[in-house]
Amino acid sequence: MEGLTLSEAEQRYYCDLFSYCDTESTKKVASNGRVLELFRAAQLPNDVVMQIMELCGATRLGYFGRSQFYIALKLVAVAQSGLPLRVESLNTVKDLPLPRFVVSKNEQESRHTALYSSDADNPASYSGVIPPPPGRIQVKKGSVSHDAVQQRTSTDQQESTSPVVSPQQSPPTSPHTWRKHSRHPSGGNNERPLAGPGPFWAPFSEAQPGSSTSSDPIWSGHSPPPHQENWVSFADTPPTSALLAMHPASVQDQTTVRTVASATTTNEIRRQSSSYDDPWKITDEQRQYYVNQFKTIQPDLNGFIPGSAAKEFFTKSKLPILELSHIWELSDFDKDGALTLDEFCAAFHLVVARKNGYDLPEKLPESLMPKLIDLEDSTVISFISEVGEQTGEVGYSSSPAEAPPSKSPSMPSLNQTWPELNQSSEDTAIVHPVPIRMTPSKIHMQEMELKRTGSDHTNPTSPLLVKPPDLPEENKMSSSVKFTSGNTVTDGYSSSDSYTSDPEQIGSSVTRQRSHSGTSPDNTAPPPPPPRPHPSHSRSSSLDMNRSFSVTPGQQQAGVVAYPPAVPPRPQPSQGAGPHVHRPVDAEGLIAHTSTSPQQIPEQPNFADFSQFEVFAASAVNKEEEDEIETHSEVLQVEKPSDSASSLRVAKADGRVEEKASANVPTSAGKGTTPLAPPPKPIRRRLKSEDELRPEAEEHTQKTGVIAAVLASQPSIPRSVGKDKKAIQASIRRNKETNTVLARLNSELQQQLKDVLEERISLEVQLEQLRPFSHL
Amino acid sequence: PRVCAAANYPLYIRSIPTENELKFHYTVHTSLDVVDEKISAMGKALVDQRELYLGLLYPTEDYKVYGYVTNSKVKFVMVVDSSNTALRDNEIRSMFRKLHNSYTDIMCNPFYNPGDRIHSRAFDNMVNSMMMQVC
Repeated sequence: MEGLTLSEAEQRYYCDLFSYCDTESTKKVASNGRVLELFRAAQLPNDVVMQIMELCGATRLGYFGRSQFYIALKLVAVAQSGLPLRVESLNTVKDLPLPRFVVSKNEQESRHTALYSSDADNPASYSGVIPPPPGRIQVKKGSVSHDAVQQRTSTDQQESTSPVVSPQQSPPTSPHTWRKHSRHPSGGNNERPLAGPGPFWAPFSEAQPGSSTSSDPIWSGHSPPPHQENWVSFADTPPTSALLAMHPASVQDQTTVRTVASATTTNEIRRQSSSYDDPWKITDEQRQYYVNQFKTIQPDLNGFIPGSAAKEFFTKSKLPILELSHIWELSDFDKDGALTLDEFCAAFHLVVARKNGYDLPEKLPESLMPKLIDLEDSTVISFISEVGEQTGEVGYSSSPAEAPPSKSPSMPSLNQTWPELNQSSEDTAIVHPVPIRMTPSKIHMQEMELKRTGSDHTNPTSPLLVKPPDLPEENKMSSSVKFTSGNTVTDGYSSSDSYTSDPEQIGSSVTRQRSHSGTSPDNTAPPPPPPRPHPSHSRSSSLDMNRSFSVTPGQQQAGVVAYPPAVPPRPQPSQGAGPHVHRPVDAEGLIAHTSTSPQQIPEQPNFADFSQFEVFAASAVNKEEEDEIETHSEVLQVEKPSDSASSLRVAKADGRVEEKASANVPTSAGKGTTPLAPPPKPIRRRLKSEDELRPEAEEHTQKTGVIAAVLASQPSIPRSVGKDKKAIQASIRRNKETNTVLARLNSELQQQLKDVLEERISLEVQLEQLRPFSHL
Repeated sequence: PRVCAAANYPLYIRSIPTENELKFHYTVHTSLDVVDEKISAMGKALVDQRELYLGLLYPTEDYKVYGYVTNSKVKFVMVVDSSNTALRDNEIRSMFRKLHNSYTDIMCNPFYNPGDRIHSRAFDNMVNSMMMQVC
């Protein structure tokens, strides 16, 4: 077996433990039962224990010899420190804290005390077999608590189970653990029967990456009753007492504690930790307390607490401003300078944790992230849903797949909402990338749905699900952007960096919008753009959609036109968005366009939507089967540029005139002239655009050639109703291929866009450089 | 490359090659003069999104100083080695934009008083990641 070098303290400790386990006094073999009990007391997850047993060779030998036992103990210490279990770590890890075994009782604490005290870094390990005399603990507690508080460096793990365990720690360092334990005073009540050891600490230690290896894993006691006593005895000591008191009661103390600078013990006690699977989870009682506090500041639970009020409130906790500032950064999810109820609870929780000695995380823990908050301005959700729908519908997984990976890891909650969004929203309308809040809002999605023409709702079939093909990239970008904006700053930036600069621009514009628009419900749509060049759409039903969609492009447009002095990022996104929008147009065979005419900006989304609706309407009207709709939708989904063509064809075939895209109108006229204009209104274009599209599509580079090929193949499919599934599947496959091609095309176009933007910027620079001269 | 944000006095200075910090301080201060000059010359246009300042080239070393000023007269100055030719103007702009965004996020924090040094960890992380990208 691997050579094992133990320090003197370790040697002594292990020896003690071995003798403890050596129930049969063989001096050779440790009783398996005791060993297992000991390991269980180590509070390690079962698989870790198994791993340890394997590593130490016990499974091989069938028993725990002394060496195996020692190795196992060392591995326990390694595991408790959060290090991966490796054979090498046995000897390479320096200053490994002694393995800690909770629960169990006490062993000769005095002996361990000596051991522990020698190990300044690490808290004592106790042989957790002998219940420590309560008195001893208290004494220690009193004196140690203060020391512990100071010693407490990083990450105190919150014990999810009963705090009682701490009392058992007699060693002077035990107060650390004790403190931690006491943190969950009232929680301890519930937890009392600390059922299984539970890997509570393990997750916590991981949650605190910064924690030194000397973190004190706390082992939940196995024997509640003794703990309880000890714990209770503890309770007497702390001023707030009532350790067993429910959280709310202790909460009161909390407020007083806050005012008391040193309130360590009381705070700890207060800290409830009932069933902490996640050290940062907020218990119900805590949450209730937070909500009450929120109400005292802001009676409306759905409202916001302005920054100044929150500042005063949290300053009362006597934490240093720097830490409060960091807490704010973590908890103000949408960076609007105000705290919603969720944000407030997260901030409060962080403050409490910090007061109890836990280090602040770098990123907001998952459990503290604001959950689904109903906000009007969560267009981001729409994007998600769209992306998700695409995934669901067409099996087009690339877009969502790309988005999530780019998302920073600290947004798991958002990830979780994705599947929900996928199923919940049938909307495919693309709202311009104006995510204000990262928190998904189902209500918002519903609102978006409502905005769409009412008829759509009755037919949540594929056409609706069909995501406007021309915005897949945009969605991708938006989703990635969205995540960036939603994430903490660091994550947001890093993830956005993974994309081209355009998404970043959009993200930044989004971010900017957030900060500017703040909590205004209006954020869903950016301020109405300056009067759009195109006339209003003909269809009344489509008015809403146009407005909602036009907002996006309009906003982008406005960004270019009306907001130059405004947030700097804005002009970029508008251009970024515009070119993106036009990308599909380019794909259709147009040369890379430098100028982004405002007209065209809104076109794509409108177009996409309209075509989609058109298809839908057409299909509905014609009573064409779903398959046809699906094929159409698939076509729409897959082929951005061919969308218009196919939809046009469909419209033409169906004779549907329903229209939305007012934006398309001008483009229709311009179609022939401006290559950039996306296919204008399907109706108008029907006659000519299709022809134009076809030749245009085919005239181009291989990219368009591919599209054209797909296009050409498409028409045949939809017409055959009889084939149904086979045809659909075939078209699906084709569409998927087209999708990938288009995705590639998209990236290339994005690159072109970047170059174009750069040119534009250089031109602007020159212009500005020349400007001063004009004054001379 | 080194990034510094200042409103006539440095609020935040970070450099990747951490030597010559003092020299960077000096460079930044001198470039602030140039920024002020440009601001005053602009007149109507309130915001100068980016400012390319290539003039400051020492005989011993080449580096470019980029400036960026916000509406509130907060200036961001970036000093980049000329040897790092991979940095395009667009990238510089995007970096400034990110800086600006981070700065506004910091501003949103009620615990931050304008004019204080910036201690935000998030801001640090962002700046570090940005500089890692470039270096």
